Amino acid sequence: MGDLAIRANRVSKRYRLGQREHYRALRDVISQSVSRAFRSKGDAGRAGTPYLWALKDVSFEVRQGDVVGVIGRNGAGKSTLLKVLSRITEPTSGYVDMKGRAGSLLEVGTGFHPELTGRENIFLNAAILGMRREETFRKFDEIVAFAEIEQFIDTVVKHYSSGMYMRLAFAVAAHLEPEILIVDEVLAVGDTAFQKKCLGKMGEIAQGGRPVIFVSHNMSAVHRLCNRAVVLHQGEVLLDGSVDAAVREYIKLGEAEVGERVWPDVKSAPGDDTVRMTAIRTRGSDGTTTAHVDVHEGFTIEIDYVVKQENQQICAVLEFLDVMGAVLILSFDNYTRAEWGGQEPHPVGTFRAVCHVPADLMSEGDVSLNVRLFSPPMLPNDRPHVRELGVLRFAVNDRMDPSAVRGHFPYSWGATGLRPRLTWSRAPLAADRYATEGVASRAET
Amino acid sequence: MSGETEAIALPEGFTRFGAGRGTSLRLGELWAYRELLYFLVWRDIKVRYKQTLLGAAWAIIQPVLTMVVFTLFFGNLAKVPSDGIPYPLFAFAGLVPWTLFAYSLTESSSSLVTNQNLITKVYFPRLIIPLASVLSGLVDFAISFAVLIVLMLYYGVMPHLAALTVPLFVIFAVLAALSIGIWLSALNVEFRDVRYTIPFLTQVWMFITPLAYASSLVPSKWRLIYGLNPMAGVVEGFRWALLGKTSAPSVLLAASIPAVILLLVGGSYYFRRMERTFADVV
Repeated sequence: MGDLAIRANRVSKRYRLGQREHYRALRDVISQSVSRAFRSKGDAGRAGTPYLWALKDVSFEVRQGDVVGVIGRNGAGKSTLLKVLSRITEPTSGYVDMKGRAGSLLEVGTGFHPELTGRENIFLNAAILGMRREETFRKFDEIVAFAEIEQFIDTVVKHYSSGMYMRLAFAVAAHLEPEILIVDEVLAVGDTAFQKKCLGKMGEIAQGGRPVIFVSHNMSAVHRLCNRAVVLHQGEVLLDGSVDAAVREYIKLGEAEVGERVWPDVKSAPGDDTVRMTAIRTRGSDGTTTAHVDVHEGFTIEIDYVVKQENQQICAVLEFLDVMGAVLILSFDNYTRAEWGGQEPHPVGTFRAVCHVPADLMSEGDVSLNVRLFSPPMLPNDRPHVRELGVLRFAVNDRMDPSAVRGHFPYSWGATGLRPRLTWSRAPLAADRYATEGVASRAET
Repeated sequence: MSGETEAIALPEGFTRFGAGRGTSLRLGELWAYRELLYFLVWRDIKVRYKQTLLGAAWAIIQPVLTMVVFTLFFGNLAKVPSDGIPYPLFAFAGLVPWTLFAYSLTESSSSLVTNQNLITKVYFPRLIIPLASVLSGLVDFAISFAVLIVLMLYYGVMPHLAALTVPLFVIFAVLAALSIGIWLSALNVEFRDVRYTIPFLTQVWMFITPLAYASSLVPSKWRLIYGLNPMAGVVEGFRWALLGKTSAPSVLLAASIPAVILLLVGGSYYFRRMERTFADVV
């Protein structure tokens, strides 16, 4: 066991509900204090102040060489813990002792300025991520080569393609040498090549004996990469131990099936000033809303949304995840048919996007859905308008109908996630090719 | 169970961070991040000159046009006395440091909000941000200062030994802008109302600063209170140091130096206290 690298001691973080990530207008504060003044003193009004404990008494230790997975359902406090560990926000109580600086791959592309050239952005971004200037000079050629943008190094970044932009941003982050690495899976949205690079970087740092903290929904990645895991649930550490035990605990936490989510009040529906999602549901082949679909029947996913700003390109994307959190299917709406970033603007109004899932595609088991609505081209610093992870959860059942992919196979199919109908064919080979004497003679009899 | 966390000795080579540890100003840490400060200033300057059509010319156009308007209306029509200095020179010597101050104040007040993508993603001492935006005004200042020298040569005004104090007045103007800027920038994170008050604030401030008129118009018994406006001392200081017709603004400075120090120290502590939740509310 290595030496101590991080010790979190009874870290708690409280958010005022509704104020999280929202600034206030002075007017609200004045009206609040006025209404408070008119309330009688014995009134229990104050007790109703809504607080949310995102983290409650979280303590754990990380030693040199540890690769710790932090897992938990949505809202379990994972992101808050990351923010506390990377010192972005301060806990309400408790403290963290840390040896050296924590670098996080959350920060990819942070501070990139579109009006500056690639060269200028490398220096700026490196300084923001805490790299010394002489270190940047030393690694400059390496960074440029890694990003594969040699010819464009003196071009203003706003003329870069999104791929070039991403590569450059990642190249800088990858050449940081933090004593402790924090990786949030969320950063690896979509682009699998990029995801691989991130995971590769993680492995490299872990092999060098430096600790890594990996926050993820993806149980198979946690399984592959981590040697220890912490399960967070409602802001508390539920389990701190082996990866196997943690994954079992995580699956036990599985939420009940939800076939439909509706946000009747548009103002508080997930989204921003550009677009908000008002409902999402699964409909079975008979047209009713359901959380149970059959392997042998098609179904649809409906996304209702309101577009409020003109001249915005808006694209919807769905991710189907299995119970381990692995992405089974990633599917974009028809927006990707046009040139990326040059799509027709989405009209303003209320819309329903429908995704048709064919029969005989999914295997049995629980499937959860991630949904995002975003504006292409989605550069690294852009955020999706709507990002709801695990928003629906439905069960795919197998009625053992022999006309389905299963046919008459009587046993368990196992957790395969997908069960598409693939085409098989069979044809006899010319008899003389493989036939040994014995086989040939037997075939003739 | 008591709410107190049991204090464990901090192992060697470790940093401790957590609740309630923002009470010290941590100036040493600010120094450790000086390279970031340098790059942020450099970015602000570079981007501004790249994004504007006229670039550096704006540094000249603004004070020069204001000087022309002042000269026409206050100098020629209203015949405002200018302490025996040619009115255009009198006005411009005040407008050069004023433009620096107004720019620095405006930029630093909104700095945290415009840099929220940094604040929500990376740790560094947040004071770097208003500090960088205050400093980025110095390039514009240098350009307009050169114009002031040309104007002095045109009117045949030769600087004397007192001109060596000019850098001190520049530093004081920057500190004055910073002392207000750190308060407003921290407030702006939580209350976006601040954004709307800034144009109004600079406008009013412009009138209580002796730009179009000389501070000698203010009766001497009010001089000390008038000096609470640090820019009064800076503007009169510029005229004294460069043009040499007026006396040193010692009464004004006697009031404004303690005022700026008080605002600066108070503002730094206030900022430190507020910065714990910047990432949550911005």
